[in-house]
Amino acid sequence: MIWNEYIEAADRDRLKRLQNERLTEMIERIYYNVPFYRKKLSELGIEPRDINSIDQLHKLPFTTKDDLRDNYPFGMFAAPQQQIVRLHASSGTTGKPTVVGYTHNDLNIWSEVVARALTMVGVTRSDIIQIAYGYGLFTGGLGVHYGAEKVGASVIPISGGNTRKQLQLMMDFGSTVIACTPSYAAHLGESIAKEGIDRSKIKLRAGIFGAEPWTNEMRRQVEQLLGIKAYDIYGLSEIIGPGVAMECEHQNGMHIFEDHFIPEIIDPVTLEVLPYGQVGELVFTTISKEAMPLLRYRTRDLTRLHIGKCACGRTMVRMDKCLGRTDDMLIIRGVNVFPSQIEAVLLEMSEASPHYQLVVDRENNLDTLEIRVEIDDQFWSDEIRVLENLRKQIQHNIASALGLTARIKLVEPNTIARSEGKAQRVIDNRKLV
Amino acid sequence: MIIKQLSVFLQNKTGRLTELTRILSENNINMTAFSIADTADYGIVRFIVPQPEATRTLLKEQGFSVNTTDVVCLIVPNEPGGLYRALQVLSDNQVPVEYMYAFASENGASVVIRSESCEQVIEVLQANKIQLMRASEL
Repeated sequence: MIWNEYIEAADRDRLKRLQNERLTEMIERIYYNVPFYRKKLSELGIEPRDINSIDQLHKLPFTTKDDLRDNYPFGMFAAPQQQIVRLHASSGTTGKPTVVGYTHNDLNIWSEVVARALTMVGVTRSDIIQIAYGYGLFTGGLGVHYGAEKVGASVIPISGGNTRKQLQLMMDFGSTVIACTPSYAAHLGESIAKEGIDRSKIKLRAGIFGAEPWTNEMRRQVEQLLGIKAYDIYGLSEIIGPGVAMECEHQNGMHIFEDHFIPEIIDPVTLEVLPYGQVGELVFTTISKEAMPLLRYRTRDLTRLHIGKCACGRTMVRMDKCLGRTDDMLIIRGVNVFPSQIEAVLLEMSEASPHYQLVVDRENNLDTLEIRVEIDDQFWSDEIRVLENLRKQIQHNIASALGLTARIKLVEPNTIARSEGKAQRVIDNRKLV
Repeated sequence: MIIKQLSVFLQNKTGRLTELTRILSENNINMTAFSIADTADYGIVRFIVPQPEATRTLLKEQGFSVNTTDVVCLIVPNEPGGLYRALQVLSDNQVPVEYMYAFASENGASVVIRSESCEQVIEVLQANKIQLMRASEL
């Protein structure tokens, strides 16, 4: 099913004409209403009338998260406060939070794209959707909420947490769809098993998961635990929130709603635009938003884009699941390495735990990579031969996945800090500066 | 006749083995047999204590990664050819041995044998009158 076939399955030329029109208007809006952009564009000698096509995007300046922080709280807004009807903010792990605003029109766009996303995985007015994303300043809960209401599904705005109540309402109300973070979905699944709940009492058939990185191995685990099909939704509050892109039933990448958000992939080092199919940093230009339009916003997410009509009939560009963050990317012997690739390899091996640490060094002008892997607390063998085979197997699988030979060091369980942060995952001892 | 041996995975880090023996000492646990298999990065400490389950729980609580493994302990006469006779029986019967180590006991020399098929080890050794140790004798 397609919510808005006219747009989602549009002829690419017609779509481009619409994008050109919207981009032209957007440049005008930000030039006259956002001093930050007026200054940036003026420095490059660009005036609004110079831009009339998305083919000119590569000439335009980037926007970064730092720019948003520097203009905290409302400096990036292109609409007066009287027209702002909603404010969201992301937690600022490094100082000030990032603030985003919405006009009435922006909220309508948001509901529209989420309605498209939900319809993409078969959600209709016959569904009961349990929204276990946090409600509040975080965009997850409210974002999915209004899109689900637009579709006409029955919405349970339960928000995150309170697992016991989640499970009870899931059974009593007969929820057919759940939307939450993939890690919470895994937690719910484990709780069902632990509480000994009869799975036939659970009517769930689909899960809409996003807001944090997750691997395909984790997808299989959640699907098995909850007895559902798990779909990936992508979004970030700076662009609009959840609903920037969504996976269809063919799970062939996430369709980006390009009539509102134009994607580009750039090399994070040279900033050059890369062709379809190449891995790089995802960049978005929001061409229809009123409150906070962003020009070439650098998401720091690493992925690649695919063009070509999908079996579902949609013509919109597809993005792969994010491979990692540009902040985490390591270049070792010229090879780009993302910690998430290593995690994916380890998750496939039962004797190793997915807890690891990368140590990068340089010996005799040659980069070295050591991967410390915790052995599984339950399933390790006390025979050196078996442990050495495991070590070699990890080394082999890493080499196939990365194209790089790493030294594997087995370490005791629970000795590597449990954190998503780069600081614990990667130790780079190379003196590169 | 099967004896529960404890195996602890230890990183090669100064003080780690000291820590392990300190905990055993403070809890008044005596090791009957002890051996370390080591590589450049880690070692496996294998040892036998009279109360394997309680010791295992204690070490787990202290953050050690510990497993139990089935082994057989045989008593070897302290004379030339003592070990040879036992091993000859095992190889004649095609019983594979993963690892083994010796320790001193009141009966003289004893040997711990780890095999994928401990039951078979016991069967063939007993059939050949080779003396084995019971868990209660530790």
